[in-house]
Parts: sequence; structure tokens; C-alpha cells
Amino acid sequence: MTEDATIGKRLKAKFPEAVLGGKSFRGELTININKDYIQRAAKFLSEDSESDFDYLSDLCGVDLSRLERSNNFEVVYHLYSIKLNHRVRLKVKIPASNPNIDTVTNVWKTADWHEREAYDMFGIIFNGHPNLQRILTPEGFEGHPLRKDYPLKGRQPETLKGIYRKG
Amino acid sequence: MTAATTEQVMTINMGPQHPSTHGVLRLLLELDGETVVKVTPDIGYLHRGIEKLAEHKTYHQFIPLTDRLDYLAPMSNNMGYALAVEKLLNIKVPKRAQYIRVIMCELTRISSHLLWLATHALDIGAMTVFFYCFRERETLNDLFEMVAGARMNLSYIRIGGVARDLPDGFTEKTRDFVNDFLGRLRDYETLLTKNKIWLMRTKGVGVISAEDAINYGLSGPCVRGSGVRWDVRKSEPYSSYDEMDFIVPVGKNGDVYDRYLVRLEELRQSNEIIRQALDNLPGGEYIADIPDVVLPKKENLKQSMESLIHHFKVVTGGICPPAGEVYACVEAPKGELGYYIVSDGTKNPYRIKIRPPSFVNLEAIEKLVVGRLLADVVAVIGSLDIVLGEIDR
Repeated sequence: MTEDATIGKRLKAKFPEAVLGGKSFRGELTININKDYIQRAAKFLSEDSESDFDYLSDLCGVDLSRLERSNNFEVVYHLYSIKLNHRVRLKVKIPASNPNIDTVTNVWKTADWHEREAYDMFGIIFNGHPNLQRILTPEGFEGHPLRKDYPLKGRQPETLKGIYRKG
Repeated sequence: MTAATTEQVMTINMGPQHPSTHGVLRLLLELDGETVVKVTPDIGYLHRGIEKLAEHKTYHQFIPLTDRLDYLAPMSNNMGYALAVEKLLNIKVPKRAQYIRVIMCELTRISSHLLWLATHALDIGAMTVFFYCFRERETLNDLFEMVAGARMNLSYIRIGGVARDLPDGFTEKTRDFVNDFLGRLRDYETLLTKNKIWLMRTKGVGVISAEDAINYGLSGPCVRGSGVRWDVRKSEPYSSYDEMDFIVPVGKNGDVYDRYLVRLEELRQSNEIIRQALDNLPGGEYIADIPDVVLPKKENLKQSMESLIHHFKVVTGGICPPAGEVYACVEAPKGELGYYIVSDGTKNPYRIKIRPPSFVNLEAIEKLVVGRLLADVVAVIGSLDIVLGEIDR
């Protein structure tokens, strides 16, 4: 990943309110983005000739409740540019009580399943997603297993066993 | 292909116990005659919650779980994870360990590609290839057994290096394999590359343009089949890959046939990488000497009290990397395999996200098969080379 901070600067010049901060750790650049600007920031970064992030490597959720006791979720985007060979990580904080954020499927089609997975695992709603359904857990599953308050051994109602039997 | 002639659309169910879905993939196909109108993949039958389990394990304990992601390429999974943790800890791996890792990862790539070739050809009706490929895989499994003691779930790569040094006779046996393999590869090519039935079933099937392939997030041979020259081993070299001399093959048309050609050439290149790594294998240690991270050598445990205490301390206390987050990726046989690790400074990882290449590659299936015949679905699934273990995690 690049240590080059110009990506953040260019983004800031375009949308001054979008960039909330940034840092570099182990040579990886992280930019914190304002929740309302994620779609515009994603579009800008994918089209701007100096960043040219044509490839979305990964998108995932993180439950911050035990990390900084803030009752927030975080959506993390890992972008890569095949042409320019550099990476950047975008992070967006959203409140756990009302976890919703705009989709980036209109910028990178690959975000489709990643966002479904984040919805499945954390219950994050992606506004404007074409088909926001559970993807890995079975039909009738309750809760969002990667949230920190979800127990490791699982917590499913008795009725789910009935669903399995019925098929 | 044929335009929709009738308005009657039939929904059929393919999988999850269908031999050509390569595992427990279920596809809901909507067909108009034999033409696919819509396809809805249904995944998650193999979901074991590996990412959740990781949050309750120490950094060392998670290594065996990575084997169970892409179970055809366990070394690549170990490798990606080890690289991510090493990046987080900011430690250097000895040169010898890096070379051993390269040899292992490339042997794994050959093994994984051989299984892909075997089953892909079998799906399309060329049965002989299957037997040949499994013959070679047998030799590879013997090699893996020599170094790791197991044939499938290897867990050989450790944080800081590898579990033990290469055993006696390993280099000779590997060299024999490498010398034989090129000839074997020519045999497969005579069976398939210019085979008329093979061409008819694969040429122009499942076409995706370079632009779409990038937008859909395809990686590995799937994106290279469309002509995108991108390989993590070249663009962001890890573990001394920059010292190896190899080329990255690309296709032109982005169809099933081009992806087949790309993988065949990759087999050849991997073979060459192994040869180079064996020739230039440096001496020295096979694991870094960092006492608070790396387990002491097994042979010392029975003689040295201090080693035993040390072992106990690392196993029970785990390793506590600094708080922070890293993303490390490797070129697994299927594509870009990434690990995103968030650490809060304790012995358990706070969050591990695995970026499995198959998961993302499968996503593009709708783009590849809609408008094609039902029989092409089988060819396309084969050419994507998916493994459900890493899709469902």
C-alpha cells in the first residue's frame, strides 16, 4: 500500500467535508470518510486519474463496541488500482443503533455480495442496494453473528430447527 | 445464442449435491427452453463461522482454520495469514523460510490447478485427463506429507517462517517431479488444447471483457483470461517473489478457453519458479528467532527446561501484536486472497476478515451465463475454479 498522502489531499480538495482524518500504519494509508459522502468519494476515487481505484478488493463491517467502547460500526473499504498499483483503505463510522450507509454497487459491481455479507453479519443496511438479502446464513436465521454481543455458540430460536426439518 | 421464443420460463434447481457445482453450491436457474434467463446462486451451505471463531482464538491457533478455507490450496491460505500477522508484528522472515514458502505455494498452485483441470475436463466430458491429473497430485501429496506430516490440511507455514526444515530427500524428490512435469503437461495439452469437442464447448463461452472483469472484482486466472496483466506476485511481491524469473500469462477473449490456456501456462511457470527456488535455496534458519512470537524448536523441548517454559508461555499467553490494522494479500491459485486483521493489542485478534477469491469470482456468474445454454453453465462454473470452503467460510 502507498504512503502517498496525495490521495487524501485530492479528495479533501474536492469534498472538504468528506475527509475526517487519515493515518498511515505499516505503510498502509487509511482515510476516514464522512458517512454522507461515501458514494461521492468512491466515485471520485474510482474516476480521478491520479488515484484511479478501479478495483474494490474488499468491503467489510467491523463492530467497534469493544474496541473503543463507542457503540459504532465501521464499514471498511479496501481499494486497489490495477493501473497505478497502489492501495488505500476507506473507513466510515456509522451508529450501531441505526446502521445504514449508501451502497457503492453503482461504482463497483463487486460490492454487491460484499455488502450482502456485511448486512448478514452485522445488520448494516446499504441504501440503494439492488438485492439486500442474507447470503451466508440460512433462511430464518435470527440476529447478526459477527456483532460482538452475539455469542460464539450461537443463539437461535427452537423454531429454526423446525425450519430445517421441513426443508 | 437463441433468442427467447416462448414465454414459458421454467425454474430448475442445480445443486447443492450436483457433481459439477464443485461442492455445495446451489444454483436456481430460470430457463427458457435450454437458454438461461436468470441465475441465482445460493451459497452458505458450508458456512462455519471461521471469522467469528478467529476472534476467540490466539494468533497461532487460527492457522489450522485457514487450511479449511480453500482446502485445495492450504499453503496459500497459511501464507496469506502469516504475512498479515507478520506485517502487523513488523517482523522479518529469514531468506531460507521465504524460499521454502515459495516452493510450497507453487507446489500448492500446481496441485490446485491440477484438480481444477481434472474436474473441469471431466465436467465437459474428457475423462482421461482426470486420471492423469490425479496421478500427479498423488506425487504432490507425498511431497506435502514429507514436509508437513499431512496430505490435505497442512498448516506448515507458521508466523515467522515454517514449521520445520525441509526433510532429507525432499529436494531430490521435488526435482524429479519438476523434471517430469513439463512432459506430463504436454500430454494434457495433446488431449485438450486442439481437441475439437473441447474447443466447441469452451471457445466463446462465458465471455467477460477486461473492463467488466475488473468491475466485477475478478482476480487470478479469471481476470487474466480477459487480458488484464495483474498478478499480486508481480505487482506487490512478497516472500522473495521479486527474485524469481517468471511471466504472467494473459488471455485475449476472456472466455472459458482463454482461462484454460492461462492456467495451463501458469502450471508451467510455477514449475519454473520451483526449479529456480530449489537451485538458489539459501542456507540458514527456517524460522525467525523472535522469542515472544515464535514457538521454540520441537527438538529442544525434550532437553531444555527453558524451551518448555517458553513454549508453554507462547501457547497459553499467545502473542500480543500492537493495536492497529493491516491488510495483506497473496496470489492464491484462485486469485487475490486477502486478510484484514484488526488488533486491539490483546492475544486474540479483534476482527479478521478474509477476502476469498472464489467468493468474488462466483459473483460474476450471472454476467457469464445469462443468454447461454444450460450446458454452458457447467463449463463456466468449471472455468471459475471455485472452492466452496472459502466462499462460505
